[in-house]
Amino acid sequence: MATHRLITPLLDADIEKLHSGDEVLLTGPIYTARDAAHKRLLELLEKKRELPVDLRGQVIYYSGPCPPKPGQVIGSAGPTTAYRMDLFTPAMLEYGVKGTIGKGPRLEKVREACVRYRAVYLAGIGGASALLAKTVKKADIVAYEDLGTEAVHRLEVEDFPLIVAYDIYGGDIYSEGIGKYKEI
Amino acid sequence: MRTVHVQKIVDEVARLCQEACYDLPPDVLKAIEAASSSEKSPLGQGILAKLVENAYLASRERVPCCHDTGIAAVFLEIGQDVHLTGGSLHEAVQEGVRRGYREGCLRKSVVGDPLLRVNTGDNTPAVVHTEIVDGDRITLSVLPKGGGSENMSALSFLLPGEGAGGVKKFVLDTVKNAGGKACPPLVVGVGIGGTFDYVALLAKKALLRRIGTYNKQPHLARLEMELLELINKTGIGPLGLGGSNTALWVAVESFGAHITALPVAVNLQCHAARRKLCTI
Ligand code: SF4
Repeated sequence: MATHRLITPLLDADIEKLHSGDEVLLTGPIYTARDAAHKRLLELLEKKRELPVDLRGQVIYYSGPCPPKPGQVIGSAGPTTAYRMDLFTPAMLEYGVKGTIGKGPRLEKVREACVRYRAVYLAGIGGASALLAKTVKKADIVAYEDLGTEAVHRLEVEDFPLIVAYDIYGGDIYSEGIGKYKEI
Repeated sequence: MRTVHVQKIVDEVARLCQEACYDLPPDVLKAIEAASSSEKSPLGQGILAKLVENAYLASRERVPCCHDTGIAAVFLEIGQDVHLTGGSLHEAVQEGVRRGYREGCLRKSVVGDPLLRVNTGDNTPAVVHTEIVDGDRITLSVLPKGGGSENMSALSFLLPGEGAGGVKKFVLDTVKNAGGKACPPLVVGVGIGGTFDYVALLAKKALLRRIGTYNKQPHLARLEMELLELINKTGIGPLGLGGSNTALWVAVESFGAHITALPVAVNLQCHAARRKLCTI
């Protein structure tokens, strides 16, 4: 399995190199959005209205950070369970989002949408939130401030560690990995 | 009769909430370290090593090890010879949670109404369980429960004839269904017996037990060992990406049951198995 150092926004050439199970160190801006923000973004997409932030080519991080302590850029910030966003993801990928970061397996339609729209689903290290917050060099709220922890934050990350979960070739590390180690 | 002022409860709950979120219990950290050296998957080894690093970092810098600092489950065992003064015990617990989450920069992850879904902004209400026990002490336990693993928990009424085999199947099915969503390696709390409400409480209470301590009843200790072995054969592995460590521990608690019933509850706990207790 390869390790790739990538810079956002992701290019098609970057995405083509990624295979399920590869490790990625991501640098550049990424955008947080969870359930409530997705609901609003989707409503805008459905009405063919502009989004408050241009997310085409960008990576969305499913995360709701802790409030920062004095001196911290951001509080602990790890990935949340991705499947809650499955309802919204195919439309977001169709719109042009190139990557999503979360934890845990997702619906088949998300894996298929990754193939169709040439996007990746990247697994973050669930629960390693203190460590992951250290890779965040800058954090700003860029939309939906009223949503608190669920607001859309723009995070500048440096070498954010990830694992390719779904690639553009239909690969899925969850079923492949479990298949390899299953004894019953 | 021993007198305890409720302010003491406020202070201790506030402290426990923060310490629980910053410091993974030593037994849990040890279990993750052991898993990291026994893990067969290279990807899994890397993940477990990062989780260990994360736990030390959080503890050193006094920040939450996981961003989901949960809904607070608070257990109070109150000695019958304790007299609480100075106000309402229930309000004291909620105030402790409020203060702990605010002062500790913990994430506020609770909505006031499950359908209207407006965040209360102070992480209340906490779920409080009180029990009257012998003596003149109070044991306070705080278990900040994250959503990822709690959401994948399950309860079922088996047929009494299904016995231990049925229990094993149900626990395994629950763990498999959770897969990577519950942030394995897990601590699996299993309740067997009692009633609809009580079996779930047993499963949650099982999560308060330290890793490495088996149930005192030999047949349940055996069940715990067998379940742990089975779960680790599912291949789910660290974060569900495949591997040989799916659970760190299985704890079973049981109670009598109706002649027609075999209730089973499985409360899944992620690797961020936070809990902190104190005695007043
Ligand atoms: S399941 Fe546990 S470790 Fe994973 S994100 Fe939730 S609280 Fe954190």
